[in-house]
Amino acid sequence: MGGLRVAEALRRFGYAGPVTAIGDEPHAPYNRPPLSKEVLATEVSHEAVAFPQRPATEDVNWVLGTRAVSANLANSTVTDDTGLVHEYSAMIIATGLRPKRIQVPNGDLQGRHVVRTLEDAIALRAELIEGARIVILGAGFIGCEVAATARKLGCAVTVVAPGVHPIVRPLGTDLAKELQRRHEEQGVAFRMKSSVADLVGVERVTGVTLDSGEQLDCDVFIEAIGSDPNVEWLDGNDLELSNGVLTNNDLQAIRVDGTVVENVFAVGDVARFANPVFDGEPRRVEHWNIPTDSAKRVGQVLAASLAGDAVALAAAKNKPFAPIPSFWSDQYDMHLLAYGLLGLADEIRLIEGQILGDCVFGYYRRGQMVGVCGIGLRSVVQSFRKEFQLEA
Amino acid sequence: MTIKIDVDMTKCQHYGQCVFEAPDIFRLNSDDKLEYTAEADDSERANIEAAIDVCPMQAIRIVE
Repeated sequence: MGGLRVAEALRRFGYAGPVTAIGDEPHAPYNRPPLSKEVLATEVSHEAVAFPQRPATEDVNWVLGTRAVSANLANSTVTDDTGLVHEYSAMIIATGLRPKRIQVPNGDLQGRHVVRTLEDAIALRAELIEGARIVILGAGFIGCEVAATARKLGCAVTVVAPGVHPIVRPLGTDLAKELQRRHEEQGVAFRMKSSVADLVGVERVTGVTLDSGEQLDCDVFIEAIGSDPNVEWLDGNDLELSNGVLTNNDLQAIRVDGTVVENVFAVGDVARFANPVFDGEPRRVEHWNIPTDSAKRVGQVLAASLAGDAVALAAAKNKPFAPIPSFWSDQYDMHLLAYGLLGLADEIRLIEGQILGDCVFGYYRRGQMVGVCGIGLRSVVQSFRKEFQLEA
Repeated sequence: MTIKIDVDMTKCQHYGQCVFEAPDIFRLNSDDKLEYTAEADDSERANIEAAIDVCPMQAIRIVE
């Protein structure tokens, strides 16, 4: 997605030269949010989730089903897993994340799933049949969305997670507790403050053993415990890769010595950048809007720089890159919508509605609003969006 | 010249992200449901394309 959005932005800002996009998935870019929702609830193909292709990017050279295995920034080359070496004037890192997996003694079993790619979702869909017993490890957004979808399909669902309540970070205790109550009302069982010590089964998973010693029978085991950035292929170039790719405000990669690589950029959830709306602390942001927002910035800066247009470059850099973080989630008939960085808050208060119904919470750091999140009441949540807009 | 806009209401979840990109075309009504103007002047094209990009459900398209 980040790659596609950069290509589109480069064209929009006037770059007409060649663009090569290397991606390890076999498909053209597609939209991931439906994978934990509609794709699991219905039969969905790549066509149904593919991003539309625009005329301006028809000549992009898509090298699909091919992984970048190494980069040499000194020579300006990328090598892919077929051994082909690609030379570049500028490189954009958009390699995203991969799901974390647990390491357990009896881990090599069928019936283990994650939800990241279309193939993951289709494979999981085939096993979410009515009456199937599902254990989900992890109670973040993906874990909760999959739990809701699996309940809708008539599966028996148990969620195992280390936290006190589901999505307690970043939602906070009150909202997270209410979310758990609503899941429980829909028939989901929780084993919070727990982890999975081992899997049970021969060839196929038949259960899990928790750290408490309790054993849960299951037909399907789903891991939804977060993700790691795909940056190993960049090793050996002295880039700061301790948590994704550290970048400056123009998404240009930064070396461990603090110097900037002018022609290497990172976009999407692999990029770690500071957002001046909040502070100077660089963060990776795993929100759906980040690939699009960061790609626009890169497209504008890079198109001006490749054209040698100093005026356009100065104009592009004049306005700081300050994307408004936003996320949303659908679980049963609950629609969550949020703006800002809720996780920064030291104080959370109910600002509208009632927690048992539709409600909006405000998230504050040292008295200043850093986030807003609602169940329903979208217009109210939207009215706070301007709080996270950088003042002109 | 005018352009025609189509929103697949079976996909739309009324998140209203499009409202910020093309406020003259998209709005949430008092029930927080999406409403939109199905025809727009070509000068709105860039805003509508931005709205298409930010739709989490990818429910919006321009009908040429």
